[in-house]
Amino acid sequence: MIHEDVNTSKRQFLTTALSVVGAVGAGYLAVPFLSQMQPSAKAMAAGAPVEVDISKMEEGQLLRVAWRGKPVWILNRTPEALKTLSAVESQLADPSSDESVQPTSSKNAVRSIKPEVFIAVGLCTHLGCSPTFRPEIAPHDLGADWQGGFFCPCHGSKFDLAGRVYRGVPAPTNLDVPPYRYITDTQIIIGEEEEKTA
Amino acid sequence: MKPTRIEACCNWVEKRFPMSKLWNDHMAQYYAPKNFNFWYFFGSLALLILVNQFITGILLTMNYKPDAKLAFDSVEYIMRDVDWGWLVRYMHSTGASAFFIVVYLHMFRGLIYGSFKQPRELIWTFGMLIFVCLMAEAFMGYLLPWGQMSYWGAQVIISLFSAIPVIGDDLSLWIRGDYVISDATLNRFFAFHVIAVPLVLIMLVFLHIVALHEVGSNNPDGIEIKESKDPWGHPVDGIPFHPYYTVKDIVGVGVFMFFFATIIFYMPDMGGYFLEHANFIPADPLKTPEHIAPVWYFTPFYAILRAVPDKFAGVIAMGGAIVVLFMLPWLDRSPVKSVRYRGGIFKKALVFFVISFLALGYLGTQPATYGAVIAARIFTAIYFGFFLLMPIYTRWEKTKPVPKSLTHTPSLEERIPAIKATLAEMVVTTEVTTTDGRTTSQIKPNPAGIKAVLIRFAKNLKASLE
Repeated sequence: MIHEDVNTSKRQFLTTALSVVGAVGAGYLAVPFLSQMQPSAKAMAAGAPVEVDISKMEEGQLLRVAWRGKPVWILNRTPEALKTLSAVESQLADPSSDESVQPTSSKNAVRSIKPEVFIAVGLCTHLGCSPTFRPEIAPHDLGADWQGGFFCPCHGSKFDLAGRVYRGVPAPTNLDVPPYRYITDTQIIIGEEEEKTA
Repeated sequence: MKPTRIEACCNWVEKRFPMSKLWNDHMAQYYAPKNFNFWYFFGSLALLILVNQFITGILLTMNYKPDAKLAFDSVEYIMRDVDWGWLVRYMHSTGASAFFIVVYLHMFRGLIYGSFKQPRELIWTFGMLIFVCLMAEAFMGYLLPWGQMSYWGAQVIISLFSAIPVIGDDLSLWIRGDYVISDATLNRFFAFHVIAVPLVLIMLVFLHIVALHEVGSNNPDGIEIKESKDPWGHPVDGIPFHPYYTVKDIVGVGVFMFFFATIIFYMPDMGGYFLEHANFIPADPLKTPEHIAPVWYFTPFYAILRAVPDKFAGVIAMGGAIVVLFMLPWLDRSPVKSVRYRGGIFKKALVFFVISFLALGYLGTQPATYGAVIAARIFTAIYFGFFLLMPIYTRWEKTKPVPKSLTHTPSLEERIPAIKATLAEMVVTTEVTTTDGRTTSQIKPNPAGIKAVLIRFAKNLKASLE
């Protein structure tokens, strides 16, 4: 091989230029490939609001409905249950729900529009298991301090009857409260926010 | 002499493809140390299970339907209506658990004999990548039957990604392809489980073996057999892989098949460990089963996740438990490879590690009670301590001198006299004359003898840990 008349810097330039163009092309091709794994238009459109009739709910009863494929809980809280909310406050991680997800209409001490009717997405904010409803006071497996609430069987996170998370458990924030509004006194629509009056 | 037709055919291929060179390089003239013990069965067994998973997996896809509405029923259809469908499915599901048993033992072998150490770091790295691929494969395969455990297990694992700051939520949305685990998730997991991951797996197995055959196999003495060669250039302590180890591995395969068949035919769900009971209920997005636990092979890592009372830190700890395994070749500073010549401190550390790994595995199957979480924290600390303190204690340890050539391990046959002597020590034999005049010998256990044997055994065990 004769090397004298080989323009190596030109070769180097062409190699680099081709690599760069190739990389950019691969980058452009990656966009459709990766974004076709995003939720499809159909999946995005499936989040229609759900209407729920709560007129037949008894005191202390928990109703589960599906909204966007997620479990949504509607809990009819008893007056005794509402009293426990202030009692457990000192043990909670985020008692005033500053770090948590809820519509402004539910960002209050009881985390609901009407104090008796509590609505939340029934998925633990840790890793998304659906916690179990444990309304009984001081069961043997949850300890004498238990005032009723929700217990996640997967990783042991505990929430009070307003879905507020206890300290020292894996879940970082309170249970999410979905947007919802009352159509009538006993008809709730989940997935739509209250119209702003202010 | 005129070549026969078969020879002519072989020559025709040989001129176009290095058939006999490949065979010689990797089988007939691949020299492996002559002192492989039973720990060395698990590599070839892993390969056997891989083949089993491929064949049974292909058969299962012929009747399985990756659709959230049809998946659960199609699995039941395979179990009830397809000829031998139950066998193929149980071979596949038992194969998944067997894969992990074999791979864990294979990794443990590498750990005790230092097979990850220089010059075999890349073999270990490829092996770890295979392990990660296997976990992905097993996890995605577990969603396919669309039972309660499939659904909620996937929910938990995909939510792990949402713990990553900033991009977490978008990332988990992208993985699911929907706001919840749904048909889209099932369909893509099917694609990954059946095509993408198996292809990567096959490539990694290829790389693992190429890297192994480049440097040669390690052995229970942890010395390099290539350092002493005979006049023909073959290692003095080496024997050709074929026929010696192919024949030996067939024995391993026979023993493995015995256990494998026993599980498939008599306990395919292995008491809820191989196939969890809650997975015989179709997925219900509104209700998590009372007690959810991953399949047994994930439980050590799951227990580490639960031990940390913070979402992001828990995910980091679980990921870290696998990352430290990747770093093993660079954490170990000991000059010797095999546990046989290592100092007592490594042996004790290894015992603690094995206990904590098994304990974490057990705790991961149990509900997250207060005591279980505390215990898991202690064992998590030991798990990480074993790896992260390794650069310190392996430098301190007093190693024993490593022999120049492979040591001789007595075979079972050679051990028979010693075993007979021990047995004789543990029993008292008395001559008894029966009523009809014949004398027979009566054998009774000898408490003093048993005690002496046990004490000697304990002393030997203690001495071996020094």
